[in-house]
Amino acid sequence: MHGRIRTWGPGALVLLPTVLLLGYFVYGLIGWSVNTSLTGRHTARRGPAEYVGFDNYVNLFGEDRFLNSLKNLGVLTVVFILGTLVFGLIWALLLEKGVTGEGIFRSVFLFPMAISMIASGVVWGWLLNPSQGDEARGLNRLFGIANLDFLQNAWWTGGSRWTTMASIALPAIWQLSGYIMALFLAGFRGIPGELREAARVDGASEFKLYRHVLFPQLSPIALSALIILGHMSLKLFDLIYAITGPNQFRTEVPSVYMWNTLLRSDMAKAAAISIVLLVVVAILVVPYVAYTVKQESEE
Amino acid sequence: MRGGMSKAVAVLGAAGLLAVSACGNSGGDSGDSASKDVTVFTWWADGGEKAGLDGLVSVFNTKCKDYKFDNAAVAGGAGANAKQVLANDLASGNPPSTFQAHAGAELKDYINNGQVEDVSQLYKDFGLDAAFPKSLLDNLTVEGKIYSIPANVHRANVVWANPAVLKKANIDATKAPASVDAWIADLDKLKAAGVKAPLATSKGFAQEMVLEVVLLAELGPDKFTGLWNGSTDFNGADVTAALQKYAKLLTYTNTDREAVDWPDALGYVNKGQAAYTVMGDWVAAQQLSEGVAESAYTYWPAPGTAGNFQYLADSFTLPVNAKTPDGAKCWLDVVGSADGQKAFNTKKGSIPARSDAVATDYPKYQQAAMADWKKDKIVPSCAHGAACTLGQNDSILSAIGQFSGKPDVPTLQKALAAAAKTS
Repeated sequence: MHGRIRTWGPGALVLLPTVLLLGYFVYGLIGWSVNTSLTGRHTARRGPAEYVGFDNYVNLFGEDRFLNSLKNLGVLTVVFILGTLVFGLIWALLLEKGVTGEGIFRSVFLFPMAISMIASGVVWGWLLNPSQGDEARGLNRLFGIANLDFLQNAWWTGGSRWTTMASIALPAIWQLSGYIMALFLAGFRGIPGELREAARVDGASEFKLYRHVLFPQLSPIALSALIILGHMSLKLFDLIYAITGPNQFRTEVPSVYMWNTLLRSDMAKAAAISIVLLVVVAILVVPYVAYTVKQESEE
Repeated sequence: MRGGMSKAVAVLGAAGLLAVSACGNSGGDSGDSASKDVTVFTWWADGGEKAGLDGLVSVFNTKCKDYKFDNAAVAGGAGANAKQVLANDLASGNPPSTFQAHAGAELKDYINNGQVEDVSQLYKDFGLDAAFPKSLLDNLTVEGKIYSIPANVHRANVVWANPAVLKKANIDATKAPASVDAWIADLDKLKAAGVKAPLATSKGFAQEMVLEVVLLAELGPDKFTGLWNGSTDFNGADVTAALQKYAKLLTYTNTDREAVDWPDALGYVNKGQAAYTVMGDWVAAQQLSEGVAESAYTYWPAPGTAGNFQYLADSFTLPVNAKTPDGAKCWLDVVGSADGQKAFNTKKGSIPARSDAVATDYPKYQQAAMADWKKDKIVPSCAHGAACTLGQNDSILSAIGQFSGKPDVPTLQKALAAAAKTS
């Protein structure tokens, strides 16, 4: 018996603080948020609050503003993920071919990631100025100078959900494409040279080589990229806040809405929004984690 | 040896947990040494606002010698950052000695949260119930109690115009159009004269202020005030008509209105790109600091609102369980006093809330505003918290942003009616 403790005791002791802290600050507080979201606590006043069941959730899903924020989030996520994957893959393909000065290009593509979203948001707010024609500024002015006036548009202040949210996704794509490039590039480099040689010996064209030999090897990386981008997009707050300000119906997503709700001390509603957001992220992440764990245990 | 090792780890781990729990407690208590500090929480961190605060502090230093002023200003975002910090401090039971808040309905949030004390008694102690105009006191009173002491008064229903641009369309710059309809006619003339976007406005609260002056002009002061306290029906036909005029006004504004701030909109007027902008009277201080000559701009009450003074006021509160409450009361005494209001307002560009202030102490615009403050009907502003709570304002701003993208009057009216009902 004593011997057994010796084997697992020290390990458990080292893990204990982490388990306690995680248990309290992550899972404990999630539980607390769930609890708050089921009460009628609509002020910051302390003391017991009565339970109202799922009323807060029912109200949320009956509210134009919240449904609007969910739709905005959906469009943002689709545009952001597609854009980032496409650009990341193109850059990785170009670099994989072995250009001169590869290191420089790699750094150039990766640098945007080093900038904090709030700072790039401020700058992109200026670039995405909706003025057109003679008063055009930012990107619209660049288009004007380059005689590409037809490209000028109202960016995020335009009417349709797709143009507004695509404008918000633009800076995010700019920031994260380099990261996706790095992921894919590492993937390409990890594929043994023999595979390519074997394919070429068997007479595969360049296209067939990528389609049937290289891309299948990249699918685990593409899946990780999808999950990383997906959950980043769902939690996006600082970029939107910096570009459009705190209270902007057209670009509001649940995270920004939650912040606005918290500022007006509506604790229960803010908690409900945060739990909805958590569930959406979980739908994306949990299957992935389960899949990875299964893969690892099989190996 | 191994046993010794795990004991050491256990001790270290326990010590670590103790340290964490110790951290949790240390924020709550304040030592006796700090009991003379009066922490004053504001969002006045630079420019004329900071100068005004410094003016108050110099009066405080002579009048309240026993106490020490402790500046807890949080800069940025016209108070948006500060309100977030304040909400945190109040929620964690660590309030400042006194904090800035817009007088009126915006205080309701703090009152409902049980975070501010009733200061009605201080009004009697300091003789403020006689010094402030009765209409202001009525606006400040919530269920028979007053929760803050105003330091100043700003006017919201002001139009700032560029006479040189108006001349292009042969419009008399010296007097305001008599009504919103007359204003729209003038805007048409300006458009015909080649001014593409004659009415400059900006995001969020600036558009809310345009909406408010249209509602005030069309409904009159009593029905307008009733919109926010529930005695006027927001779904009425007269409101629909006013909202249609607001929609019409928006068509004369700059297309980049969602991307600029009020100083940019004012810049369009100063540069001659636009003829008018609707903005509160802090514009006077802004023009002064930008070095714009007094002859280069003109101002009048928004069309159709002459005789009404749509006010907003910065005020100070007494938080529940505040540190150094006696020092905070001394600060409130300074804020309400004639000396304090003079020191503050000559610098900040606002007018004193007291009716006994001497007009000749103040610059030109403020003298005119002080005369109006005495004779006009006092109406609260929703955008600046005198008539609306933070929650109402949040919903209204959201509705206005939606309208700016897709102008649809029935949707706006429905959203505004719902917003007025929230708390």
